[in-house]
Amino acid sequence: MAALINVPAKARRGDAIEIRTLTSHIMETGFRRTMDGAVVPRDIITSFTCRYNGTEIFRADLFPAIAANPYLSFFTVAKESGKFEFEWIGDNGYSSTASASITVE
Amino acid sequence: MNFWRAIVLAALAATAPRLFAGEIPPDARRSGYSFMSPGTRAMQDDDSSNPGMLFVLDGEALWTKKAGSANKACADCHGDARSSMKGVAARYPAFDKALARPVTLDQRINLCRANHQQAAPLPYESRDILALSAFVAHQSRGVAITAGDDPQLNSFVEQGRRLFMQREGQLNLACTNCHDDNFDKRLAGSPITQAQPTGYPIYRLEWQTLGSLERRLRSCMTGVRAQAYEYGAPELVALELYLMSRARGMLMETPAVRP
Repeated sequence: MAALINVPAKARRGDAIEIRTLTSHIMETGFRRTMDGAVVPRDIITSFTCRYNGTEIFRADLFPAIAANPYLSFFTVAKESGKFEFEWIGDNGYSSTASASITVE
Repeated sequence: MNFWRAIVLAALAATAPRLFAGEIPPDARRSGYSFMSPGTRAMQDDDSSNPGMLFVLDGEALWTKKAGSANKACADCHGDARSSMKGVAARYPAFDKALARPVTLDQRINLCRANHQQAAPLPYESRDILALSAFVAHQSRGVAITAGDDPQLNSFVEQGRRLFMQREGQLNLACTNCHDDNFDKRLAGSPITQAQPTGYPIYRLEWQTLGSLERRLRSCMTGVRAQAYEYGAPELVALELYLMSRARGMLMETPAVRP
């Protein structure tokens, strides 16, 4: 699924940097019903992780009350050049990944 | 005598805009953006936080994806959308010669699918049609709206204007009663806007998804307890055309975020 990632392309070593992520997902709560009364099955993202050069630096659990197309932003310290890897995991075997690179000077 | 007549005329002129509340003067027009909270504005302004951009990305992928029995992609005829589609959405709904009536951008995409791709039409409000129209309309971001300039559209613009002015539903309200006469006031805590369709398809937070101007019009109709026109109905297209021509000269914002 489409995802929009915002990581600064460059940073100074030791700087706190903001990472913003937005991903496509309907986040169906499981509490809604169709016109004929049938429950619409839950279909949400349940977990998000961010790894910085292989080390997990941020993790979030997501719940039905979170809006569609979840947006998450968080901070980390720029330590070394490399790659951020993002992973969203959800119901019905949902899995989606994205990555972004950073140069640390 | 002349002195008193002048005073009466001046008094009439001063009160006339209030008495005969009607159309908004061109320089007083404001996008729905100006009625929004700073947080929602920030969400629209930053392409990496604007959820409408997810649909634009999907549309970009669909643009080059072959479809239908002709096995052609949009890009096979139209090339690079960044140049070929710039300003296109700003002039829609546009007159279609073969049908002898205006068609919306969504209808144009489906006409292209039927005539050139030999593909099944995409259902109204489906993810793919919204993604394609968001991608096409995004190419016009910052372009001034020119819809309704075509003289062949005059009678349809007039039809849309009549519908805009016509009271309907159990609440017996016309579009104009809120959007011309009472914008900047509040309705159940939400700002009443001028109904300038500058950013469609919009990402509406209440919908949790992207939606077309027709969806927005239909939800207003339901709001005044009227029977909404079906998607694609000539009345909805005429209203859309009137609204776009009423916003002529304003800048496109697609994909806009709205509460």
